[in-house]
Amino acid sequence: MNQYWTDIIHGGKSLLTGLAITAREFFSPVVTEQYPYEVPTMTPLFRGHTELIGNEETGLPNCVVCGACPRACPSNCITLEGKKAENGKGRVLTRYILDFSKCSLCGLCVESCKFNALRFSKDYNLVSFNKDDFVYMDLIKRLEDQNRCKK
Amino acid sequence: MSIPLHLRSDEVFVLNLGPQHPATHGVLRVKLTMDGEYIVKAEPVLGYIHRMHEKMAEGGTFAQFMPNTARMDYLHALAFNHGWALVVEKAAGIEVPERAEYIRVITVELNRIASHLLWWAAFLLDLGGFTPLLYAFDDREKILDLLERITGSRLTYCYMRFGGVLNDIDDEFITGTREFIKRLRSRLPRQYHDLVTHNIILIKRIKDIGFVSAEQCRRYGATGPVARGSGISYDVRKNEPYSVYPEFDFEVPVFSEGDSMARYMVRMHEIEQSMRIIEQALDKLPSGPVMGKAPKLLKPDAGYYFSAVETARGLLGHRLVCDGDKNPYKLKLRSPTFSNLSLFGEVAEGMLLADALAFMGSLDLVIPEIDR
Repeated sequence: MNQYWTDIIHGGKSLLTGLAITAREFFSPVVTEQYPYEVPTMTPLFRGHTELIGNEETGLPNCVVCGACPRACPSNCITLEGKKAENGKGRVLTRYILDFSKCSLCGLCVESCKFNALRFSKDYNLVSFNKDDFVYMDLIKRLEDQNRCKK
Repeated sequence: MSIPLHLRSDEVFVLNLGPQHPATHGVLRVKLTMDGEYIVKAEPVLGYIHRMHEKMAEGGTFAQFMPNTARMDYLHALAFNHGWALVVEKAAGIEVPERAEYIRVITVELNRIASHLLWWAAFLLDLGGFTPLLYAFDDREKILDLLERITGSRLTYCYMRFGGVLNDIDDEFITGTREFIKRLRSRLPRQYHDLVTHNIILIKRIKDIGFVSAEQCRRYGATGPVARGSGISYDVRKNEPYSVYPEFDFEVPVFSEGDSMARYMVRMHEIEQSMRIIEQALDKLPSGPVMGKAPKLLKPDAGYYFSAVETARGLLGHRLVCDGDKNPYKLKLRSPTFSNLSLFGEVAEGMLLADALAFMGSLDLVIPEIDR
């Protein structure tokens, strides 16, 4: 019988404590981000998908087609092709396809790049109805679009 | 525990708990033989999300396996990063700068707090309380923001490198971490202990329920909060120190009751101890580089190597066999939750179904880590 009353008192206390905390939280500021109206700012190290870095003057990719990034990639999601440069010095990039559906954003490709040609984008809301948009992400086209936007 | 005599019947039936069930996290199937509401036999069935992580290690270089480690225990990914980095550094004889060691400890402990907060939230959700989840996620969000600033990702981190860490921490991270600790310290007594720990519903649900003896823990190899809740004082950070843990003053919370409440209390105390470690590490943080000298392509000498780290769920062992090539010859992981789950079948016998679910929640299961 003693236990019965102890339980009732303990239960009443638990109930009042809970209600008090709820009441206090009710008047505290809202912590939820109101997404479409407020957009989050990405930190400098945020890892979106990778993108090519263009030369500041010409806008052409810095990439020299050394092939370090596909070798560093653990999931084989990078395909790149290049050809001999017209002036005979080095090679130029002709095709850079990222399979973003396989990419785990580990950053090994960006670290392996010695020519300042690859970085993470700050793009976090990628949407498409078409799967191929992510399986065959053309990074050269993306760079060209960015250059056009700059102009 | 056994079924009360007057409630026993001759008929039993089989109940499948999972693989997809709101009360099991991840895809765990438990085959329950039931006598009414009582469990006669419980048999966990694994393998639904087996992804061959250990085999994948053999197919790539040492660095290429780093992203995989975070996909096993996604709640305490940095400890898995740390364990893998430790064993490879041991194999290849790579020195880690002191600042990098401190940063590793700070980030791993922050991640441990986040893991315990998420366990707390999910456990109470299992028991039918929804509000605590929102309070815990509010605090966890702060940790994820801090870690996102320095690691670049929010959940599946790939932050440690052989010979150091990827990025240095900055002043904003340090002040942010101090503010977070202050905030969590002020919230722990009210939002956590007053609302939940002292609540009569929680006490009635988990006190004296799911008794695990120290002998059972030893027999099944249970570690972490499960063993510490049964009176075994074993913490890899204290017993076999690695990294710079010996330099910090912290306690290993041990409760001898062995019930679900004891495991709950161990984790709540561990949050406080982790905060103490972080504060000390921030005070002592040395300056210097965060990345030591390490060759790009590692080719460790042939041999057997082992490293053990303490994750939020217990002892994680990496056993690595090298044959002098650029790939690991064989990797075997000893994951803590696998041993902790093995207890379930024996302990759940004779339990009520609702109690067994509360007991399962108190084990803190992360299925991708069991199945790998």
